[in-house]
Amino acid sequence: MTSVDMSGWSCPAPLRDYPRIVLGHGGGGVLSAELVEHLFLPAFAPRSNAGAALADAAVLEVAGARLAFTTDSYVVRPLFFPGGSIGELAVHGTVNDLACRGAWPVALSSGFILEEGLELAVLDRVARAMGAAAAACGVRLVTGDTKVVEHGRADGLYVNTSGIGVVPPGVDVRPERARPGDRILLSGPIGEHGVAVLSVREGLEFGGDLRSDTAPLHGLVAAMLAASADGVHALRDPTRGGVATALCELAAGAGIGVEFTESAVAVPPAVDAACGFLGLDPLQVANEGRLVAFVADADTDAVLAAMRAHPAGADTAVIGTVTADHPGLVVARTAFGATRIVDRPLGDNLPRIC
Amino acid sequence: MRYLTEFHDPELAQRLLDTIAATATRRWTLMEVCGGQTHAIIRHGLDQLLSEQIEFIHGPGCPVCVTPLEMIDQALAIAARPEVILCSFGDMLRVPGSASDLFSVRAAGGDVRVVYSPLDAVGIAEANPDREVVFFAVGFETTAPAAAMAAVTARRRRLANFSMLVSHVLVPPAMEAVLGAPDNRVQAFLAAGHVCTVMGTAQYEPLVAAYHVPIVVTGFEPLDLLDGVRQAVEQLEAGRAELVNAYPRAVRAEGNPAALAMLGEIFTVCDRAWRGIGTIAASGWRLAPAWADLDAQTRFGVADLTVAESPLCHSGAVLQGRIRPPDCPAFGTRCTPRHPLGATMVSAEGACAAYYQYRRLAPAGWTP
Repeated sequence: MTSVDMSGWSCPAPLRDYPRIVLGHGGGGVLSAELVEHLFLPAFAPRSNAGAALADAAVLEVAGARLAFTTDSYVVRPLFFPGGSIGELAVHGTVNDLACRGAWPVALSSGFILEEGLELAVLDRVARAMGAAAAACGVRLVTGDTKVVEHGRADGLYVNTSGIGVVPPGVDVRPERARPGDRILLSGPIGEHGVAVLSVREGLEFGGDLRSDTAPLHGLVAAMLAASADGVHALRDPTRGGVATALCELAAGAGIGVEFTESAVAVPPAVDAACGFLGLDPLQVANEGRLVAFVADADTDAVLAAMRAHPAGADTAVIGTVTADHPGLVVARTAFGATRIVDRPLGDNLPRIC
Repeated sequence: MRYLTEFHDPELAQRLLDTIAATATRRWTLMEVCGGQTHAIIRHGLDQLLSEQIEFIHGPGCPVCVTPLEMIDQALAIAARPEVILCSFGDMLRVPGSASDLFSVRAAGGDVRVVYSPLDAVGIAEANPDREVVFFAVGFETTAPAAAMAAVTARRRRLANFSMLVSHVLVPPAMEAVLGAPDNRVQAFLAAGHVCTVMGTAQYEPLVAAYHVPIVVTGFEPLDLLDGVRQAVEQLEAGRAELVNAYPRAVRAEGNPAALAMLGEIFTVCDRAWRGIGTIAASGWRLAPAWADLDAQTRFGVADLTVAESPLCHSGAVLQGRIRPPDCPAFGTRCTPRHPLGATMVSAEGACAAYYQYRRLAPAGWTP
């Protein structure tokens, strides 16, 4: 056997293993994060603080006001699924990214990439869904763009939305503000969106009446900030990669440890069953209408009450605490009193063989 | 969903833990055979809770882990052909062959598709008559009936463009290989419940008799596993060695007769190389001669492709229960799920992946 000195060894240089983009680079897990940290950040801002926590939206000082700015692309397949469509997602996802900086959304853009041959009725349905969702959010779709690519060069349609929002005075919500002693709140049951989409994507007949949880969260966030503008330290919407990824990103970005009680995280029976069947971890399954909040201990009761009084947060639970121990690491306490490390998925979740 | 929550009940779990603690007068060494059991044990922390009574040795029952390197390379070679659609279970895509993986083949233009059932691959063949559709048939006795059904269905539909790259493996010969090793430490087995759902339990009687080893057919939920442990410990403490079915809600002694009949028709027992372990006699299934026209190895001429394993990877010792994953010098450093050297780090069921995901660092306040 070859003799190898392991003492000075560190992880292999990122991106070395895959010379091409693989699907996992878009999965929201470790591969996605490495792409941002080691390819995009150095290329866009070579002197920036690589490794700094990346929030859901940037906050910019513009003429005395603080504007939140974010963008997201939507490539979900199929376009329509139980509980929503790519149209609602494109509005809610971007609104929620703004909300997770404490911003009140003002306006969205919409960029469409359409595949030649797409039925106009399908596009019309998506556009109407976007319009209705935006109206319900009280946000305007103010600018847009349309491109068409040849048949076979896209999968029906893709949507990009960018959004701007206003951060109210006195509000400062960002990953770095999470600190030891904070309580961690989860706004409802998890996994419904990911499993609802999967159930129709793969043609599997499970999930029962399971529907995507897609919903705007800015109203919920506003209620939380009204309860305690200063006590809401950090927010994350656990979309791709699920609650596990949201907690891990917060832990890594803020340099804090996270401990949570697994039994405090509500997993709907249909989600539990589907995940058990497919070999997926509900903690790693996407949500589109949930948020994870890091709240000062003293303000937890007030914020919790405000969340439970809001329709989007009626089932909010305190799931854990921030600790100074094991910075960067998320630890779950199992129902039987043991502990385990919770990690981000590498790329896309891979269904198990059996 | 019924049959999930009932088997996660913390109070019942505590009662079983108390019973095991009261029964065990010493620490016993058990092997849970199936990778799904390994994951449940680590995920729920059962090994921590039983650390004074039980040492778990993780068995060779991860289908991804034991699929030999040359089979992966053969799949990669087939998948790279422009006329081929290679259909695979999801977690095979990240398993490294000697130079690449199926994800990379796909990124380079290969048509690799994840299927949940082998029958989906038959459907893809029917929908793409101008393409060659190959199903990568890996796994234990659990996945084999569906692969057999795919073969039968493809022939019934007269699909000339469907074939299978078969690398099925059988559990009892691997258990016997573990028991027969000179440094074997396994004192009792938690047998893989779902394998027994198909095969029944009679295969284990000779092992119990020959090696005087308790074998408890065990399920996959936390209470299933704890009850399996309890029954194994009770036998060990009493000096008994018996075959017991602790998973009767899924396993009948005679197995699944319809599946067994089909398996007997489609497959024939063969010697099989196990990744990291070596060749075990009569430990695999290949297509029976009457079904050889569906064999992708001959159709694409890849049968002679042979390769060597990474010398850094100790997955063989892990799979045989001779070392624990953290004992491997490459564990968590040179070898991670991001860059696996061996298949035990790849699959969600692999013992190394389970340790990496749940145990790679001991946080402050850690109570082993």
